[in-house]
Amino acid sequence: MHHDLSGQSAGNEALNPSAQQQRDPHRGPAGKGGGLGAPRDINSRFELIRMLVAILIGIAITALVIFAVSDTPLESLRYMFIGPATTPRYFFNVLELMLPLVFTGVAISLCFSAQQFNLTAEGIFFFGGMVAAVAAITTKLPDGLHPFFCILLAGLAGGVIGAIPGLLKYRWNASELVISLMLNYVCFSVSMYVIKNHFRDKDAGAIVSYLFEKTAVLDKVVAKYRLTTGGVVLAAAVCLLAYLFMYKTRWGFSVRAAGANMNFTRYTGLNVAFAVIGSQVLSGVVAGMGGAVEMLSMFTRFQWAALTGYGWDGVIVAIFARNNPRHVPLAALFLAYLRIGADIMMRRTGVQMEIVKVIQAIMIVLLVAESFLAKTRHRMVVREATRESIVAEEVA
Amino acid sequence: MSAFFEAVGNVAFAAQILRVATPILLAALGATIASQAGCLNMGLEGIMLFAALTGVYVSSMTQNASWGAWAGLLAALAVGALLGALLAYLVLHLKTDATLAGVAINVIGSNATVFLMYVWTGSPGTSASQKSYVLPTVSIPVIRDIPVVGTVFSGQNVVTYMAFALVAALAFFLYRTPLGLRIRGVGLNPGAADSVGINVVGVKYLAYVLSGVLAAMGGAFMSMGYVSWFARDMTAGRGFIALAAQAMGRSTPVGSMLSSIFFGFTMALSNSMQSLSIPFELIEAMPYACTILALSAYAYQQTRKKKQSSGG
Repeated sequence: MHHDLSGQSAGNEALNPSAQQQRDPHRGPAGKGGGLGAPRDINSRFELIRMLVAILIGIAITALVIFAVSDTPLESLRYMFIGPATTPRYFFNVLELMLPLVFTGVAISLCFSAQQFNLTAEGIFFFGGMVAAVAAITTKLPDGLHPFFCILLAGLAGGVIGAIPGLLKYRWNASELVISLMLNYVCFSVSMYVIKNHFRDKDAGAIVSYLFEKTAVLDKVVAKYRLTTGGVVLAAAVCLLAYLFMYKTRWGFSVRAAGANMNFTRYTGLNVAFAVIGSQVLSGVVAGMGGAVEMLSMFTRFQWAALTGYGWDGVIVAIFARNNPRHVPLAALFLAYLRIGADIMMRRTGVQMEIVKVIQAIMIVLLVAESFLAKTRHRMVVREATRESIVAEEVA
Repeated sequence: MSAFFEAVGNVAFAAQILRVATPILLAALGATIASQAGCLNMGLEGIMLFAALTGVYVSSMTQNASWGAWAGLLAALAVGALLGALLAYLVLHLKTDATLAGVAINVIGSNATVFLMYVWTGSPGTSASQKSYVLPTVSIPVIRDIPVVGTVFSGQNVVTYMAFALVAALAFFLYRTPLGLRIRGVGLNPGAADSVGINVVGVKYLAYVLSGVLAAMGGAFMSMGYVSWFARDMTAGRGFIALAAQAMGRSTPVGSMLSSIFFGFTMALSNSMQSLSIPFELIEAMPYACTILALSAYAYQQTRKKKQSSGG
């Protein structure tokens, strides 16, 4: 038996019963799913405490590093943590950055809920941007309709690509992780090929496409800033629909149940394959739409030259949101606020903004490490159990 | 088509394949040893970046042309071992999901290296402003005089030779030594390995550390052989390609080598065919598309085998 990636997760668990016992069935992928029921109260209270501790530790490390490298540490800290809230422009920057994070955050949440490490959101976001750009250049439609046609097209393309790792995993048990990583590069190269060879504006210096049709660009909320009404509405709709799908429909339940325990769900007769592949298709649709919204909000022509990284950020957002689309906007806002704060700090005091991404990764580790604060969790459970037994005795 | 053969038939092209394949091969060997122990090292990319920066920094600090690069390599390997141990701690002790722990290491590697490079050099792009040293190339006495063979196999960087020697070494280690046997035993069936007294967690730690060291060697090659400086995100996804190479090579050292050479071939091809009429981007996408096809074909074949054995 070879231990390639594809066989690994399933094989190890089957062979190692203790690993199965350690996995809490009430939690989704990465141990942090929304939970399917049962002792939610303590769990969610504990998750909140754990998140706050992780954030505090992250902020403390940030402060330490800034004190170590900055000549004006207090000023740097002020720009970093208060900066984004000081002027309307900075705050709009936060909201502008939040939008793509909402889309990729929801996209990744959909995959992670089903315990599928499909990371194609990164490539699909880029590909969706390209599809929207091409549609915005080549088609002519009335004002209100045009951008949504482009976004729809990008969503469809995203759904098709998102299905590939899902299908390969389901049919032949190929590692969705590796396939999706490779797909990201294919998406990037193919998009660049299309733009460079068919839609490149040779009069412009850099490698950029022709300008979009004016009708295809989304309308701004406020003329001065790049935040678009259509983008905000779509992002909100995506969160809401994804939440309803995951938590209020039979399919969504199958997805989460499959994520928590694939075999058990199979025995209950729920259509697991459909749910799991379906969640990845939807994830692709959302990521593709996200790329399109970003393209038609922030730009007037295609000018990306490298993968955006929003797909990877989506992983961070999904973990903070515990794979629940309902929490994605808050998580995306938090991340965007930190990023813009770090950007302001960099421009004002020269402390490189990369530090904030390092800190985010550290917070992520603390959030997904099951044993982090495990003792606190244990104490909480014991306290709760003791209280309940006292109540039970009193009743008796 | 004739232009294709002109590009590929070139002797320098063959030499370039080995050069381009080196960092992928080393990281793929790292992925292989982890996978043999039943572990997933998703953090190869981040470990390579840390190692690449460490190598350049230490070699530059020594200000010594004769052994500075070697000191850099050693320091890079040490950093790789540390990061491997960190990943093992996260996964084995803190029970972090291996994929997410790896993603975190990659995010940290990609950004912390830029941050540290800026603190060191004042530039957020490359470390080229600081003088650092490269690991030597080796000219092999007899072989270098043979016409074609000499151009391909002599004059490569010392790390390239080490990488291919490590394929044999790792194969021997995994299949012919007691410790290698233990690693494979833990990967195949941790419960059974535990029942005969093997320290499963210890063995997995070792696998992660060795995996980190191998990936670090690939990273050090990037900044002290492939080029002579550190640049932001210079590994450009090689850690992920290495994971694919390991999966395609079915987690064996020789298989990983063959698939790494395949990747080296397609990457060298995309470098040398830029002058041809085939669009660069499509050639660039080829190694990745081929991986998807190869992995799917392998998975398909495995599923069929399983069906046949269970059906018959």
